[in-house]
Amino acid sequence: MSESVVPKIKKEAKGIEESILKKKKPSLRFPIRSLANVRYLAKEGYFEIRGRKKERTLTVNTVKTFAQTLRMMALSKTLVETDDIATKREAYYVSKNWDEARFLEQTESDTVMDDVEALFEVNREQLGFVPEEKGGDVAGNLVVIDKDPNTGKAIRIDCTKFGSGAYSIPISVEDLKFETKAKFILVIETAGMFQRLVKHGYWKKANCILVSMGGVPTRACRRFIRRLADMQKIPVYVFVDGDPYGISNIYRTFKVGSGNAAHINEFFCVPQARFLGITPQDILDYKLPTHPLKEVDVKRAKDALKNDPFFLHHKEWAKAIEHLVSMGVRAEQQALAAHGLNYVIDKYLPDKVAHPEKFLP
Amino acid sequence: MAKRQLELIAREKTERTIKKKSAPRAASKAAPKPSLKAAPRPSPKPIVRLTATDMAARQREISVSEFFTKNRHLLGFDSPAKALLTTVKEAVDNALDACEEAGILPDLVIVISEITETRYRVVVQDNGPGIVKAQIPRIFGQLLYGSKFHTLRQARGQQGIGISAAGMYGQLTTGKPIRIASRTGPTKPGHEFEIQIDTKRNQPVVVSDRELNEKEPGPDGEKRAVARTMEHGTRVELEIEATYKKGRHSVDGYIEQTAIANPHASVTYVAPDGERHEYARVAQELPKAPLEIKPHPHGVELGILLKMLHETKARNVVAFLHHDFSRVSGPVAEEIVKAAGLPLTMSPPKAAREQAEALYKAIQVAKLMAPQSNVLSPIGDELLIEGLKKQVTADFYAATSRSPSVYRGNPFLVEAALAYGGGHLPADELITMIRFANRVPLLYQQSACAITKSVLQTSWKTYGIQQSRGALPAAPMVLMVHIASVWVPFTSESKEAVASYPEIMKEIRLALQDVGRKLGLYIRRGLREADAEKKRSYIEKYIPHIGIALQEILGIDDKRKEKVCATLKDTLERSRNNE
Repeated sequence: MSESVVPKIKKEAKGIEESILKKKKPSLRFPIRSLANVRYLAKEGYFEIRGRKKERTLTVNTVKTFAQTLRMMALSKTLVETDDIATKREAYYVSKNWDEARFLEQTESDTVMDDVEALFEVNREQLGFVPEEKGGDVAGNLVVIDKDPNTGKAIRIDCTKFGSGAYSIPISVEDLKFETKAKFILVIETAGMFQRLVKHGYWKKANCILVSMGGVPTRACRRFIRRLADMQKIPVYVFVDGDPYGISNIYRTFKVGSGNAAHINEFFCVPQARFLGITPQDILDYKLPTHPLKEVDVKRAKDALKNDPFFLHHKEWAKAIEHLVSMGVRAEQQALAAHGLNYVIDKYLPDKVAHPEKFLP
Repeated sequence: MAKRQLELIAREKTERTIKKKSAPRAASKAAPKPSLKAAPRPSPKPIVRLTATDMAARQREISVSEFFTKNRHLLGFDSPAKALLTTVKEAVDNALDACEEAGILPDLVIVISEITETRYRVVVQDNGPGIVKAQIPRIFGQLLYGSKFHTLRQARGQQGIGISAAGMYGQLTTGKPIRIASRTGPTKPGHEFEIQIDTKRNQPVVVSDRELNEKEPGPDGEKRAVARTMEHGTRVELEIEATYKKGRHSVDGYIEQTAIANPHASVTYVAPDGERHEYARVAQELPKAPLEIKPHPHGVELGILLKMLHETKARNVVAFLHHDFSRVSGPVAEEIVKAAGLPLTMSPPKAAREQAEALYKAIQVAKLMAPQSNVLSPIGDELLIEGLKKQVTADFYAATSRSPSVYRGNPFLVEAALAYGGGHLPADELITMIRFANRVPLLYQQSACAITKSVLQTSWKTYGIQQSRGALPAAPMVLMVHIASVWVPFTSESKEAVASYPEIMKEIRLALQDVGRKLGLYIRRGLREADAEKKRSYIEKYIPHIGIALQEILGIDDKRKEKVCATLKDTLERSRNNE
């Protein structure tokens, strides 16, 4: 994972140079990044990229993107060699020095960056590019061992000592070490629910680690939990909204990865994750207040049933999603508050955690 | 009853208008209004029915003038802005027709001046042949009096309504008579008339008649011109209720478009705001004189046939067909009469309705030569382009002048021209379409016109121009279509839209396709060049960046970098040329 990308960049550039000098039109081969080009490895538990690639040959029409891709590669090489980083936004501004080859919008530079990432089948952090977004919040029975960025001395971070706040997952988690006696990791979709559980010390009661994803989990968040769970051999339970977005976007991405980042799913997935709730059955069992499914929800659910290799593989999931669609409703995590604000702590979670064998895969 | 009422109202209105004119403003204001309350209420007693005799006493002929007084919208006087345009248009049409008939290159002076915000004076002066003194009152003071209705020849005016209707409109709205000055030759004295129309009798009333004083100021603020500065010509002066607006649908647009379609005319126009527009002559020759033809039998309707039968001087039906129509030889005439089952010697006025109908049917099935088509006077592609160039600055011009064709027995021809591109025309807007019939611009009722329909139905995308469904194409373009015919079929008397005869639509479409193809070639050539240029600049812009990136990654020296760039450039240009 931490192998330097510089030789790869040099090799690719060399190939292009040689091709040009041989009076040939050089080309780059990118893996196709979509759900259609992944297969679900049930045993390993993640989406693996299949071999399909698209070739971008340098022609009159592609010369601009080609030049931009090469300049992005050169920028990456400089970053890695000087042990520096650039956010996506910063990289966009660096391009402003490239005269005609500059990007006009950040979306353009992001796309080229994604292309380079996929080209070398690495994580963009390895290229020296970092995302703007926060990694996620952690609280509970966990000590993270990090290094002081200046002295390199080990720092012990006790995640029980943040009071009503939390430890923030850094962008690069590869060198972190962990100490914990927690029985499980509870991964939560919304910051609101996380706040409630922290405030009422749920992690103490249940002896667990709480992680807030804040929507679709970032790569750092996924990698952090993956390493923690692997190294400490503890189970991971996921607690999200009972709707197609919570199930097929958040949970599925968390557990097995995405189509877009298929080349790195192997590292950025948490195959041991299990789905605690809200399940479609919970809506009935706990008599949860609901909202009707929106058109986009139904479409997302049907799309998952038809095209998503993960749900195609797991019959239980297909059944659960069909169940949800047939009920035509969705329920949020916070819907449990209808039975009392701390119902989730006093009843729902204890009930659930007592029977992890009933969790959806 | 309705007709009778209409007549009464018309008369009352005329009287009121005249009264208003004579009474001072304040007085008319102070005059007690007829009170509704004072009017006797309708009696609740049983309705007294009229006898046929009573009714007969009330039944009278309605004069044409009275009818048009009530229906002035039919003639294009429905709003004050349109009234100004129609008035100028009628006067200019007559002036141009007169000049051309006399073989004179037209010099027109048009002056519009504001008297009050709602009242304007219009002066149109030409250098035409002038009008003999005795005819002036009838031409300008009687509706449906003219030289053109009874002939079939390509001309701007058709019915002899226009200018007298304008005079009547002026009379109704301002009370002022129409003023005509005319001179027929350098040795003849000029005359000036003031004429009103007796709307009830459709007869002119001469208010004043005098020889011209040469010292009076002229229409464009110089000396009153006809007698002194011109050897011959006519000046028409009207005062009308109107409003003046600028823009394409206004008098300004009409005069500009007239200049485009009449490149042989020189026009001086002084607008109400004092701005002076000079449209110079670009063609030094008069257009070919259109020829007068007799009607073609296939274009005549039963009613007209009946009228012709009664009015003819021919002594028998065979001679009638042979002499009063075109393309009917003696033997063919005999065949038609035989086919209709009529005696060859029958006197035309004695034909009964059934006999006329039999004749009509026989005519329809008779095989006849198409009417002569060399009687029309097209503008011609060269002058179409010259005319457009005079008013529209563009990169590309194309024109086409189709050969004549026939609808309902009337020869007609279609011409189209366009101006495209250049910085002066708005790029992303709908095209400007200008329509002409016998060289007269058509400004109103665009959507009802056969020309518009044909433009909409033409697939402009084929020629590289954007077009939304059911809309005019969007491009920096002025498109001009001209229809010339011995009888242009308008949808109404105000002559604003051409009727959609299939034969006419077809010819317009073919003309549009012809100029469209020429434009398509031009646009595609332009696109190809722009594309090639873009690719060339792409190569020059971005290849250096590939060099820079490879140098940064591989650490190669400048010399090698240059070699890489040069080789790549060479490779790409070679492949581009092979595309």
